[in-house]
Amino acid sequence: MQSSVSIKDVSLNFGSVPVLQHLDLEVGQGEFIVLLGPSGCGKSTLLNCIAGLLDVSGGQIFIGGKNVTWAEPKDRGIGMVFQSYALYPQMTVERNLSFGLRVAGMPKDEINKRVKRAAEILQLEPFLQRKPANLSGGQRQRVAIGRALVRDVDVFLFDEPLSNLDAKLRSDLRVEIKRLHQRLKNTMIYVTHDQIEALTLADRIAVMKNGIIQQLADPHTIYNKPVNLYVAGFIGSPQMNMLEGTLNGTTFTTDDGTVIPVGNYAFTAPATGSAKAVLGVRPEHIVMGEEAASMPYSTDVEIEIVEPMGSDTLAWTKIAGKPVTFRCDSDVVISTGQKVRVGFDPARGSIFNAETTNRL
Amino acid sequence: MTNITAVDEPSGPRPSKGFNPKRIVIYGIIIVAAMYYLLPLYVMITTSLKGLPEIRVGNIFAPPLEIITIEPWVKAWTSACTGLTCEGLAPGFWNSVKITVPSTIISVLVAAVSGYALVNWRFKGSEFFFTCLLLGSFIPYQVMLYPMVMITAQLKIFGTLWAVILVHTVFGMPILVLLFRNYFASLPQELFKAARVDGAGFWRIFIQIMVPMSLPIFAVAIILQVTGIWNDFLFGVVFAGTQNYPMTVQLNNIVNSTQGVREYNVNMAATILTAAVPLLVYFVSGKWFVRGIAAGAVKG
Ligand SMILES: Nc1ncnc2c1ncn2[C@@H]1O[C@H](COP(=O)(O)OP(=O)(O)OP(=O)(O)O)[C@@H](O)[C@H]1O
Ligand SMILES: [Mg+2]
Repeated sequence: MQSSVSIKDVSLNFGSVPVLQHLDLEVGQGEFIVLLGPSGCGKSTLLNCIAGLLDVSGGQIFIGGKNVTWAEPKDRGIGMVFQSYALYPQMTVERNLSFGLRVAGMPKDEINKRVKRAAEILQLEPFLQRKPANLSGGQRQRVAIGRALVRDVDVFLFDEPLSNLDAKLRSDLRVEIKRLHQRLKNTMIYVTHDQIEALTLADRIAVMKNGIIQQLADPHTIYNKPVNLYVAGFIGSPQMNMLEGTLNGTTFTTDDGTVIPVGNYAFTAPATGSAKAVLGVRPEHIVMGEEAASMPYSTDVEIEIVEPMGSDTLAWTKIAGKPVTFRCDSDVVISTGQKVRVGFDPARGSIFNAETTNRL
Repeated sequence: MTNITAVDEPSGPRPSKGFNPKRIVIYGIIIVAAMYYLLPLYVMITTSLKGLPEIRVGNIFAPPLEIITIEPWVKAWTSACTGLTCEGLAPGFWNSVKITVPSTIISVLVAAVSGYALVNWRFKGSEFFFTCLLLGSFIPYQVMLYPMVMITAQLKIFGTLWAVILVHTVFGMPILVLLFRNYFASLPQELFKAARVDGAGFWRIFIQIMVPMSLPIFAVAIILQVTGIWNDFLFGVVFAGTQNYPMTVQLNNIVNSTQGVREYNVNMAATILTAAVPLLVYFVSGKWFVRGIAAGAVKG
């Protein structure tokens, strides 16, 4: 795959505070990359560096094969959409859309053509003569997207574009952005701290922490094969269940002595010796009742709390003395105090070295 | 068919309380305060409309009873003696206009651009530059008076309108830059970033994005400068040169002239005429002024 944006060994310090540290990222042509991470981990900073709004302290940035490390934002072939929309308040929607083109000195009819096309794609035609103040949040964000759209850029940068919207609008616009990407096939780099957005939109997700990319992979891999404890804990709601213990060859012994066979687990390297380890199991990978009996590991537990979520039901219990949640079908009748048999297949779980926190 | 029986249950608009002791006290204080400030103005206006004989009677609070004359106003404007010449306040008025208009325009524009640059185009040493400006606003004018005289003399503009304009522009800078800097800092940074991505440069962002968003703060700055410069006496006396004395200086010359009878009615008329411009500015722009101050305050 030809790379569209490539970030090579980029560092950025604010004064003496390092925010990005030797960061590398290759984004393919037409790829949808999501930068995911907690607040303050440097996602916006990285995006601003790509856009040219911040000067990097070290490293290089290439866009479309061209070294743009020192280039002005307008010369980088990027469009950017901000969390606060950042629409020019005194201009109508139409003039907001055309501002960049007018700055570039484009002929009038070409401007009109592009504005018309963007308005049509984003269903903004009825609002062209309105001021941003008279638009709803969703409409404003569509105008902001349109402003990037008219400039016909290769790379779209989104900085948490949906986080100011309510839940319903957020999911609507999420689908619209996905549709837009399928239609335009531009490269998109999208910052968010909402994991649902990340998992649904991304071709690949980059999970960041403290200015370092922890894992860069497709959503399925990120979810099922997290490279370390941090990624495992950050992705997934409710969180992955973590059992601490010791790994000895292919047996995992929890701290309270429960033995869990992990012979069918796909270790990244052949298991040797014995080491402190953490076994992680997603709530939906724990099954109940007859199914549980056929699992490599199963045990009898008592249900402590039941949380019906609508689409499914979340149950809290204890395995090996640790609180554990598992999901079951919402039609299954389950109540507090009930004794059930639960089990799981460690092959679907993740095992991490307790000291390095890396996946084994 | 429900019977509305509970009449005293709260429903609909809350009944107004009418007059209660608290209101009476508040209104009382407001009225007394208003009278305290309006009384001198009343005395000035009535006195300026009286003839000299009636003034000599000495009852300054009495309304003009004999004749109402605008003679003192005409004299103050056209023929009162301001030192050596007796041409009234008119030349002073035009001098003040010639000083105030360019000083205001230049200082507000320079300060707006500086504030914008300080917020959005941080350059090396911009913080230091700003600190210097802030310090500047704490230094009393008198300290800088003599150095300014030397500088304007060196520039060969001492004793001209240009000297006063320069001095007003320079001394207006600290407070105005602070005003604009804080206002621009309160505007969302992302707006500026969006304009950069759209390809706009320093001036285009300033003129097409920033200025249209900052009209209230421009109003505040203009009001501050117009009234401040119009009311200035010190710089006018020192830097303008006799033929360019602003209205305030000429007013002083009329009121403090020692020859002949003291024409209180002319003095009063001259004073009102001099105060008219700032007064008018406040009346016309009061709402803008409050709105601008509030805009700055709310947005931090
Ligand atoms: N102008 C600045 N000066 C100093 N430090 C800054 C500046 N801007 C950001 N930082 C710091 O850099 C770090 C990363 O900030 P950044 O805005 O990239 O976070 P983020 O990942 O986008 O977070 P969020 O999800 O809250 O938007 C933060 O710790 C922040 O305090
Ligand atoms: Mg951010």
